[in-house]
Amino acid sequence: MNRRSFLTTTAATALLAAATTLPAFAQDPLKVGFIYVGPVGDMGWSYQHDLGRKAVEAAYGDRVVTSYVESVPEGPDAERVLTQMALEGNKLIFATSFGFMDAVMNVAAKFPDVKFEHATGYKRADNVATYDARFYEGRAVLGTIAGHMTKSNKIGYIGSFPIPEVVQGINSSFIHARKVNPDVEMKVVWAYTWFDPAKEADAAAALIAEGVDVILQHTDSTAPQAKAQEAGIYSFGQASDMGSFAPAPRISSIIDNWDPYYVKRVGMMLDGTWESSATWGGIGDGEVVIGEITEAVPAEVKAEAEALRDKIASGEYHPFTGPLNKQDGSAWLAEGQVATDEELSGLNFYVEGITAELPK
Amino acid sequence: MILGGIDIVVLIATLMAASTPVLLAATGELVAEKAGVLNLGVEGMMIMGAVGGFAAAVATGSPVLGFLGGALAGAAMALIFAFLTQVLLSNQVATGLALTLFGLGLSALIGKGFEGVRPPPTPKLPFGPLAEIPVAGRILFSHDWMVYASLALVAATWWFLRHSRAGLILRAVGENHDAAHALGYRVVAVRVTALAFGGALAGLGGAYLSLVRVPQWTEGMTAGAGWIALAIVVFASWRPERVLLGAYLFGGITAIQLQMQAAGYKIPVHLLTMAPYVVTIVALVLITALHRRGAQAAPAALGRSFHAST
Repeated sequence: MNRRSFLTTTAATALLAAATTLPAFAQDPLKVGFIYVGPVGDMGWSYQHDLGRKAVEAAYGDRVVTSYVESVPEGPDAERVLTQMALEGNKLIFATSFGFMDAVMNVAAKFPDVKFEHATGYKRADNVATYDARFYEGRAVLGTIAGHMTKSNKIGYIGSFPIPEVVQGINSSFIHARKVNPDVEMKVVWAYTWFDPAKEADAAAALIAEGVDVILQHTDSTAPQAKAQEAGIYSFGQASDMGSFAPAPRISSIIDNWDPYYVKRVGMMLDGTWESSATWGGIGDGEVVIGEITEAVPAEVKAEAEALRDKIASGEYHPFTGPLNKQDGSAWLAEGQVATDEELSGLNFYVEGITAELPK
Repeated sequence: MILGGIDIVVLIATLMAASTPVLLAATGELVAEKAGVLNLGVEGMMIMGAVGGFAAAVATGSPVLGFLGGALAGAAMALIFAFLTQVLLSNQVATGLALTLFGLGLSALIGKGFEGVRPPPTPKLPFGPLAEIPVAGRILFSHDWMVYASLALVAATWWFLRHSRAGLILRAVGENHDAAHALGYRVVAVRVTALAFGGALAGLGGAYLSLVRVPQWTEGMTAGAGWIALAIVVFASWRPERVLLGAYLFGGITAIQLQMQAAGYKIPVHLLTMAPYVVTIVALVLITALHRRGAQAAPAALGRSFHAST
């Protein structure tokens, strides 16, 4: 290094140091943190959240700095990671899995000036907002397709954990599959994991051994798609498009699109208008997207599914519209009655016609 | 053959394939531990085998070369461990844990380009008319060759440890490295070889996961299988035949509980989900207790560093 370049770098460093120590002159970028339950390479749930994070970066450029921690187990570790993020100066933190709920509440109480956003949860505070997507709207469309496509009249569903969000999905798929095919049966297997490719593959294999020929999944990896392909049956992409398995076995998909929400919330943070809220967007808000319905699906089925999607998007139709009975045969919704959000967010029973037992 | 709504034949055939990754990894770890080295990096070696095997299979289009690549990737990881613990005498527990973290991270990096790619299929072995035999044909003759190879490896390991001179030396090194050294055996060389073998088997197990069982590459796809393998070695009191039993029991109960759910059994799912762990541990502990030699089962020098000067 010669003397001149030494001087210029030193000068540059000094300038940089001055710039960073004088926040009054240049606006500090807003630090936004994300924690994911799976790896961003899961091609499903966490991958979609990370697309949302990238959308935030694209929208606000150098006004924001984002960071993420992936594969954070739901449990005490989440609290440690959240605390770490808050200490690193993140002012807005997105916790993107149901099981992070209590960790978020505990850490939020310790950092009152850090804002938290918790996906799919129901506990809120002044600095904790929740957000969720109406996945059951998309499940209604997939259920319609599944009801038409099954030949054995057995549809399989790989569940993760028996929480309201997943139970809504099972019920909604079943209701709409039954609507177009009264002989349909639903087989449910609980994997008790969000992400474990080998176990998800085993769960798919167990369903296939039971004679299922259409599989819906509520776990995050593409392993069930690979099994469906091997067995020559149909499946649906989950959380992400999983388009590499199109046109079959993947005949459509339910996509979580967090971009609009993340961009909006970070924008509110930048304007100083952020406040705690509970957001629950659906197909109409662009938060739930139905992936391309492939040519493996007959044209009239595709048209029917798309019509249902549009009716849900416009608010003309609600997937949980009576008459609907609970699994034990007791009445739930009367003719024309629509389930309230409150009922749905605490949904802990199957509708009539599902024979499996819901774990408590 | 259907029993209680579950096809037993399909179940047994499924469990053999489902148990193979853990069986391979556990057998490899058993050999390493018999030589007196505790390698907690099984998970890391497995996942490196999974990505290495996947990459090799996709690049060459040959599943056989894929498995070879998986074994090499696992062995390479084990040799890093061997260099650190046998030459530089680092702490085995800490190094093993580091190896797992390193493997998970490195495999994610290497695997970035392989997401959504499909591997060449590993064909089932053609047994012709044998596969048509009712019941036994489906159970015994309907698998890909890795399932048979894994069983052969368990048998070979059993024979090697029990009946060969080299196996006796390996066990001597694991029981008392000072005595083995005094007798003129090369303790470090034996241990490095045992570790490399263990790594290769863990790598094979990982490759089986990404090439046959799932089959695709996904980051973090071993999801704890390596830890299960480690636990099975301990509960099987360091005997290959019990490792086989433990791995098949674990894989079998995992498969049966999912099938019971699919068949609509009215058993609480929580009980079913924990059954594989509970049943495997109880069964193996009972066997050990009945033989009354469980207490002395662990190799005496397990986890202890060796240097010729001490």
